[in-house]
Amino acid sequence: MSIEKQTIENLATLARLAVDDERVDEISQRLGSVLELVDQLQAADTSGLSGLDHPLNETQRLREDEVNKPNMREEFQAIAPDTENNLYLVPKVID
Amino acid sequence: MHNLTITELIDGLKNRVFSSTEITQHFLARIKNLDSEFNSLITLTENQALEAAKTADQQLAAGNAPELCGVPIVHKDIFCTEGVRTSCGSKMLDNFVPPYDATVVANFRNSGAVMLGKTNMDEFAMGSSNETSFYGPVKNPWSTDSVPGGSSGGSAAAIAARLAPGATATDTGGSIRQPAALCGITGLKPTYGRVSRWGMIAFASSLDQGGPMARTAEDCALLLNCMASYDDKDSTCIDRSVPNYSAHLGDSLKGLRIGIPKEYFSEGLNSGTEQAVRESLAEYEKLGAELVEISLPNTGLSVPAYYVIAPAEASANLSRFDGVRYGHRCDDPKDLEDLYRRTRAEGFGDEVQRRILIGTYCLSAGYYDAYYAKAQQVRQLIRQDFVQAFEKVDLIMGPTCPSPAFKFGAKGNDPVAMYLEDIYTISTNLAGLPGMSLPCGMVDNKPVGLQIIGNYFEEARMLNAAHQFQQVTDWHQLAPAGIES
Repeated sequence: MSIEKQTIENLATLARLAVDDERVDEISQRLGSVLELVDQLQAADTSGLSGLDHPLNETQRLREDEVNKPNMREEFQAIAPDTENNLYLVPKVID
Repeated sequence: MHNLTITELIDGLKNRVFSSTEITQHFLARIKNLDSEFNSLITLTENQALEAAKTADQQLAAGNAPELCGVPIVHKDIFCTEGVRTSCGSKMLDNFVPPYDATVVANFRNSGAVMLGKTNMDEFAMGSSNETSFYGPVKNPWSTDSVPGGSSGGSAAAIAARLAPGATATDTGGSIRQPAALCGITGLKPTYGRVSRWGMIAFASSLDQGGPMARTAEDCALLLNCMASYDDKDSTCIDRSVPNYSAHLGDSLKGLRIGIPKEYFSEGLNSGTEQAVRESLAEYEKLGAELVEISLPNTGLSVPAYYVIAPAEASANLSRFDGVRYGHRCDDPKDLEDLYRRTRAEGFGDEVQRRILIGTYCLSAGYYDAYYAKAQQVRQLIRQDFVQAFEKVDLIMGPTCPSPAFKFGAKGNDPVAMYLEDIYTISTNLAGLPGMSLPCGMVDNKPVGLQIIGNYFEEARMLNAAHQFQQVTDWHQLAPAGIES
């Protein structure tokens, strides 16, 4: 099973990955073999079953909406590629 | 000194046979002399280690030493360490120095343990051979042309080579148990939610679980006592008291019912591995346990379910690596889209990119129900298999992996062949159950692992069974050639 080039390009766009043309064939073939493997799932009878979201059926815990962490902005921004005035810098988005 | 277990090191430290500074210097010297051959560490933290050892020696002298005071350990490079580079085996995080400690790391620090360094691993924990690390593969100390297993291959190899007596590791589909088996050491993946995932770089959040590695079950119990804790910073952590995992190691196994899943002894299992496992099970009978044949009929679906769920969760988790806040950023991006796409293409290796693409496919419009929703239902089937089995038995045992360590490159071109390496370990992650591996034999001079699977929160019973086995066998005491002295 191989996957069409167009599908790989769509996936790469969704996943924000740059994929060179020369890698498309290899990726298509490898993804195809993994999808063949996971297609075995379709044969399983799962009628009436809910999905398992947490192995112990725990639900997400909630807490009071109050500040309980120190502000570490300086520490976090010190390891960022580019910052200015406490903001993270990226290439210009709008003119 | 490096042949002593953690239990023996603690005794020696308390009785002033040696100081923490002495053993720390000893292990640091071994790493510097020997690790060029194994590549088990990415970062050595010599100065911090000597500083921590000095503090430990003061605490020991003052008589207020915490549990693991002065004991040297290594952390898998997936756990954030304040001020120490945490790479996750990836170029993406080659320059990442976290401003905080993971909860697990903080627990060890508070326990007085001395961090020697950070261990090598498959990139973002995606792999079963350690071949996907940006820092090069780890070599198996038993046979340097073979893989150590993965993804916690660096932690396992470091212990096998006596470069550290204990380590932290993580397990998403077998990443503690499989390398433990291939390197001839003992490792335990706890129940999902037992150990905090805060500060542990996420791969597949509903499967990831941290756990200890050491040479013996007794040492794993000591490490788990420190690692396991309730942590409100991890919303999936279970609020349940932590027992003393060392308390029941000495209990008799008389009357213990051990389930033997027939699906774990089918096609694809190496005959030498099978023989070693069966001989170990006979040993358990001698210890008074009863063997019961059971069936886990949906075992065959575990690998396909895993390779939907893990990549799907990974594709979401790894979207945070975008070149904006930390980690790698490409040079001269022409616009924001270019920044994202080139940063990620340059920063992630091939296997990681492949899994992101698969996960994106499984989660994309029109495919979600057929893949992700279906896999989550199959997960329920797998969990039910175990629930039914544990109505009849106390523990489940079988091989950890289908064969001993394979050679580098042996499974390089076929991702599915590599994925099947985890066939016996993946179902416990899908069900959230605890599992461990301990050495139980040798095939062609390479170690074989026996897997023990327990019911939820039954880590103490698993450790008890493993410890009793290690009282009557010496597989866990064997060392690779050239490492003994």
